[in-house]
Amino acid sequence: MAEPPSTAQSPAETVNWEEVQDSPDFAHLRHALRSFIFPVTVAFLVWYFTYVLCAAFARDFMNIKVIGEFNIGLIFGLLQFVTTFLIALFYARHMNSKFDPEADKLRDEIEGVA
Amino acid sequence: MFVQLATTTDTAAAVADSDSGHQVITISLFLTFVAITLGITIWASRQNRTAADFYAGGRSFTGMQNGFAIGGDYMSAASFLGIAGLIALYGYDGFLYSIGFLVAWLVALLLVAELMRNTGKFTMADVLSFRMRQRPVRTAASISTVVVSIFYLLAQMVGAGELVSLLLGISSQAAKNLVIAGVGLLMIIYVVFGGMKGTTWVQIIKAVLLMTGAGIMTVWVLAKYGFNPSELLNAAAGASGKGEAFLEPGLRYGVESADATKTLLSKLDFISLAMALVLGTAGLPHILIRFYTVPSSKAARKSVLWAIALIGTFYLMTLALGFGAAALVGHEAITKQSAGGNSAAPQLAEALGGVGTTTGAIMLAVIAAVAFATILAVVAGLTLASSSSLAHDLYANVIRRGKVTTDKQEVRVGRISAVVIGAVSIALAIPAQSLNVAFLVAIAFAIAASANLPVILYSLFWKRFNTRGATWGIYGGLISALVLLIFSPNVSGGAVNATTGKAASLFSDPSIDFHWFPLNNPGLISIPLGFLFAFIGTVTSKEFNKAKWAEMEVRSLTGAHAEKAVSH
Repeated sequence: MAEPPSTAQSPAETVNWEEVQDSPDFAHLRHALRSFIFPVTVAFLVWYFTYVLCAAFARDFMNIKVIGEFNIGLIFGLLQFVTTFLIALFYARHMNSKFDPEADKLRDEIEGVA
Repeated sequence: MFVQLATTTDTAAAVADSDSGHQVITISLFLTFVAITLGITIWASRQNRTAADFYAGGRSFTGMQNGFAIGGDYMSAASFLGIAGLIALYGYDGFLYSIGFLVAWLVALLLVAELMRNTGKFTMADVLSFRMRQRPVRTAASISTVVVSIFYLLAQMVGAGELVSLLLGISSQAAKNLVIAGVGLLMIIYVVFGGMKGTTWVQIIKAVLLMTGAGIMTVWVLAKYGFNPSELLNAAAGASGKGEAFLEPGLRYGVESADATKTLLSKLDFISLAMALVLGTAGLPHILIRFYTVPSSKAARKSVLWAIALIGTFYLMTLALGFGAAALVGHEAITKQSAGGNSAAPQLAEALGGVGTTTGAIMLAVIAAVAFATILAVVAGLTLASSSSLAHDLYANVIRRGKVTTDKQEVRVGRISAVVIGAVSIALAIPAQSLNVAFLVAIAFAIAASANLPVILYSLFWKRFNTRGATWGIYGGLISALVLLIFSPNVSGGAVNATTGKAASLFSDPSIDFHWFPLNNPGLISIPLGFLFAFIGTVTSKEFNKAKWAEMEVRSLTGAHAEKAVSH
């Protein structure tokens, strides 16, 4: 039915991928990834669209001056930069400590590294 | 990248009328950049031995190098000139663009970059077709790659013609055509000889130049206001003629008027734009293939982190440049040069050095040369993305059904494709000069978000996803975005300018009006439609390749048997 995918390599064909996919180790790895990226993605998209909606529909709120010439709109916008930087760093830390060691272990097992 | 580099055609009334001394400096600086990058291209051409060298730079760039190259690919002349210009003319609303473009990188970082690096080889279609029937999915992905890239290419090339007339005072049509052909020829040379390796170095150099140029101007502007940003804002609001409203949302997007329906539509259009901005980036083919140039998924992660740092810093600097131009150049002087504000950044450079002085001329020349360098780096990346998809997806896997075996053959086809893409875009860009750059870029982003992103996410995360889902998603998203654009005010029936009597549309004659879709940006409708078509296609087909799904999921997460770096 399926034509041979061009990405297939000969060593990859000898691996029993389904067995790995069904293993508890892999389920744990998948959970370590998804339990982080899905909620965080929802969070930053909600935060971003809250900003967009405020810029469109809550102008009086955005126009309130806070410090000097800086109003809430400007500060809200700058905070989007701050949260983007922080989420990126937070993600890198999570992956380095929680994800990479498990992923590397599984990869070595699959590739047959002693 | 974009915004509204050429929303106006009156840009020929150039900056240059004040002083032509900077033109010599601009041209010499630009020729120096071309000479250096061609040298690199020749050096890189000697290293291009395998297909992985040509398409993916041997996968041997470091995370930091690739981060700079991504920055070089993403921050185009239009984002440098366009966003600075928008802020200079409309104040706060220009800032909204910067935010969307930056937050978009979190989608790429968290959901796409690493998993794609682990499963793909050279193109976006490698990932989409991994567990599907190869030919239909690769054909669809290749079509959407080429469509997105060509629209983006046209935007850049038309922008290049505008820039030259703006900065060098050349206004004849023949000269503009020559510039477009020249840009096209250079990008073909970069890609044909340098491949991904040469192109990447061109982008790295450009990113360093752009960050340095913008950095110097930012510090200079802030220094004029005692490093107190509040003083700068105050001066900008004062000089803008709009007062406090200049620092508040609403001058350009979601404009409020007496007509409640019009106000609501304007606000919905703004939300639609914000959606396309944040979801488009992770579906841009020329950005996606950059993840293949590094040795591992960890290096791909590092490159996106670098890219976020660079792009974020750059957009913060455009705030200072835009408000600086508003304060130091002034609304009237900017609109006199270009109604869209594209000349704001170069004008600011001249103003900082002192209009009419040697320092002013040098500053203007340096910033103009940086803007040219910027265009070249971006068009090279786009040409590479579309030619690798033509060669690797359409030719090698669809036409030859995966029977292209030698690397030599694949590289040769890649080079031929680059020449074809380059020639086609020169041929299209010359008559396209009357098109609005913002319109061209809106198409590119809307299609990327509607046709590419839904299927990328489904193929990486949704077990059930299959061939019909992928093809319906790509074609459905692509066609919805295009149809909505054709029947939008971009093409016909736009707002009529009271003084010129012309509509702000592709058809400027107000009597031609066949629009029924009220928004300029189709994202609000076409992005959900892309997801919906892919979903319906999937659930109406029984196809499910369990073995390939297992291989794909395990490989994407663990990096097992991922493509390795080439060692020479």
